[in-house]
Amino acid sequence: MTAQENTLLKQSDENLALRGARVQIVDDEKTYTWPKKLDKDIKGIIAKYPSGRQASAVISLLKLAQKTFDGWLPVGAMNLVADTLDMPPVRVYEVASFYDMFFTQPVGKHVVRVCTNVSCMVRGCYKVLSEIEDELGVKAGETTSDGMVTVQEFECLGSCCEAPMMMIDDHYHGNLTPDKARDIVKRVKEGDVPTEASK
Amino acid sequence: MSDDNQITLTINDQKVVVDKGTSIIEAAKQSGIEVPHFCYHKRLSTPANCRMCLVEIKGAPKAMPSCYTMVGQDMEVYTNSELAQNSQKGVMELMLINHPLDCPICDQAGECDLQDMAVSYGSDRTHFKEEKRAVPDKNLGPLIRTVMTRCIHCTRCIRFATEVAGVPEMCATGRGENMQVGTYVEKALESELSGNMIDLCPVGALCSKPYAFTARPWELEHTDSVDVMDGIGSNIRIFHRGGKVMRIDPVECEDINEEWISDTARFSYDGLNRSRLTTPLRRKGKSLEACGWPQAFDAIKKAAGKASKPDAIAGLAGDMFSAEDLYSFNAFMKTTLKTDNVDARTDGSTMTGKHRCKYVFNSGIKGIDKADFILIVGANPRLEAPVLNARIRKNVLSKRLQVAVVGAPCDLTYPTMHSENTAIILDQIASGEHPFAKQLEDAKNPMIIVGAAATLARKDAPQIMYRLYTIADQYRVVNKDWHGFNVLQQKPGRIAALDLAVYPEEKGKDTAGILKALADKKIELLVLYGESDIPPESLKGAKTTIFIGSHLSPYAEVADIILPAAAYTEKTALWMNTEGRAQESKKAVAPPMQAKEDWKIFRALSAEIADPLPFDTQSQLRALIVKRAPVFENLNTFVPPKWESFGLAGHILDNAFEQPVRSFYKTNEIMRASQVMTECQDLADARADVNAKQRKVG
Repeated sequence: MTAQENTLLKQSDENLALRGARVQIVDDEKTYTWPKKLDKDIKGIIAKYPSGRQASAVISLLKLAQKTFDGWLPVGAMNLVADTLDMPPVRVYEVASFYDMFFTQPVGKHVVRVCTNVSCMVRGCYKVLSEIEDELGVKAGETTSDGMVTVQEFECLGSCCEAPMMMIDDHYHGNLTPDKARDIVKRVKEGDVPTEASK
Repeated sequence: MSDDNQITLTINDQKVVVDKGTSIIEAAKQSGIEVPHFCYHKRLSTPANCRMCLVEIKGAPKAMPSCYTMVGQDMEVYTNSELAQNSQKGVMELMLINHPLDCPICDQAGECDLQDMAVSYGSDRTHFKEEKRAVPDKNLGPLIRTVMTRCIHCTRCIRFATEVAGVPEMCATGRGENMQVGTYVEKALESELSGNMIDLCPVGALCSKPYAFTARPWELEHTDSVDVMDGIGSNIRIFHRGGKVMRIDPVECEDINEEWISDTARFSYDGLNRSRLTTPLRRKGKSLEACGWPQAFDAIKKAAGKASKPDAIAGLAGDMFSAEDLYSFNAFMKTTLKTDNVDARTDGSTMTGKHRCKYVFNSGIKGIDKADFILIVGANPRLEAPVLNARIRKNVLSKRLQVAVVGAPCDLTYPTMHSENTAIILDQIASGEHPFAKQLEDAKNPMIIVGAAATLARKDAPQIMYRLYTIADQYRVVNKDWHGFNVLQQKPGRIAALDLAVYPEEKGKDTAGILKALADKKIELLVLYGESDIPPESLKGAKTTIFIGSHLSPYAEVADIILPAAAYTEKTALWMNTEGRAQESKKAVAPPMQAKEDWKIFRALSAEIADPLPFDTQSQLRALIVKRAPVFENLNTFVPPKWESFGLAGHILDNAFEQPVRSFYKTNEIMRASQVMTECQDLADARADVNAKQRKVG
């Protein structure tokens, strides 16, 4: 077997393992409870839906839970949501694992999502992405060793007018060049997350 | 068609008339046209996610899923047009992108929907060159083996767990190519019906763990029979090869089990091959040694000859016996040994066969579909008859049937109202004080389900029955068009025993009397027929004890002579289910080695001791049974008995109802011998421990 074949085989193995085991289960065996101050918010969210249909609030509550508990959803937090909405826990797991913006495993303090969909791709997003990967020393889908930043390749974020673009936490950064992206990510690395709107 | 509820359409140019609201796939099925499908199942909700059943409808812009599209007047449907065939072929190609080609090692091969559909509707090549994905297997407990790479995401198992079994533990996590079916957090399924997922799975993703790699479907012979692991008599198909039962599957029977069976019915068959009695045994000092039938009969003859008077002879029968077994045992005891000390009600019940309406499920199991309020008294249908419980659940979910429970606390997988656990509540209901009384009164078709195990063995059973009769009378539970007073018998042989009077008919001793006489050393010859609820310690004391049964049981330690009998898969026999419906089990395999069918043993033994019993063949025996109890004449038909008054007036004791089933997976000797059932019970016990601890902490 040539070295090339060997590498190919290894790659396909890794690929297989990844494709099969994407859904990660992280149960940190902690019990989670809502902080008291959120009581009003939760009641408000549930009140938006007809009584008996409170399970409809699952996405809103998962968002709230993710924000409250370190930016990701351990099994305990999902169980808490299920308990709050009186629905079977598995139904919550299904929703949480379906949407890319819910994390079912630990993530960095800040999440950098680089759009790699068509518009951004033709405008050079992969150059932006590799610049960012280079700056942080991790590949897309990974978290820096200090737990500060997670980089993700992401589907269309709906801002094609300013492609290529990325989203850091809740803010859009558009019209990127590799240099511009590197500057922004440098600041993120140091915890100074830019929140200004893109120009 | 003039009828408003009928719709006429054409399927493949064939005129079809069906009811309004029928799906196209059902309409096609009714007219004998097959439409390929994976996710659709008539007893589950319809998500239309496999897309295999696409058909062409004239006028529709594209192919439509026939499972989700309802029929319309004058619709023209084509299941085999070019569009339909291309759609089906295309979907089949998508199905096979990730499905492994491991049919040679797959247990489903030979009875696999995917295989059949791929041959009938698929293509012989594919556009996809990508590597197939691999999915980690899940551990769903000791009954279901998973090979998740084979899963085609039809979601039948998820829908079954959520809708029928009532344990929403299966889910589909992830999305698109990363979608996985499983439990997310690994755990064994907490359901008594989980085995049905194996039947539902159209591919080999969920297989039977005990059956894994033991046989191929085309090697198996099968015999349709009746299950006796609980009282409802589910219809089953016994698959066997070379005289050994290899697996058991349900047979569709709309009136009884729809098409589900409980896990005990499906997986207890390994108990048929373990700790079986294969030869007569005789006691030699402290040990038992094998002997031939003549020697064993000789010893019994001597013991019977030595008995000073008929009153010193007694017989107790267990609960796993058919009408033939019980009739021949009863005749042997009462005619040959001339004693009236016979009882099959070993749980201490004193109910007799008078007034049949007080011990059967009068409305029929199908009657549950009509009821709008059920009062459960001292029963736990989830454990006593899981399939019946699934039917109640179905109605609770779809028709807002209300269920109230007077009895031990239980989780029935659907919302219930629980009263305090004491029998006195029945007094309050009778007098109208309790809120349940109002609900009984308001209901159009109220139903009462009385658990035989927890209620009829109580000391105050006649008084409770009287109170229940009053309630039934008062709240129109029984009227001209509706018979809603039901008794749920968990034991498969009990109704036949009452119908055939396997209890003292004159002045003989009943179970309590026999046990007392045993303790007083007044019994010289004791015939134990099968295992029962009585602990073996209480059965010591007779000079000679004979045990007749299929399995080596703890009773062997008190027995002096043991005769090997047949298990339910080894005899053609009549069984009476909880509805009082006679059904016939068929002999699938022969009894092991020297074991014999039970009625033959009693017939041969009677000839040895005195005059032979008056039957030489099974048909003669059947004629005698029908003469004694005419209900056995109508096979497979449900005959509701006449409504008569029963019970004794008097005070009800202020006692709680006990849990009717302590170990669900260990209720009879076959299950106790089964390794698979032992594993299940261990798991259930461990789970109960954890729950109890959590409750303490909470």
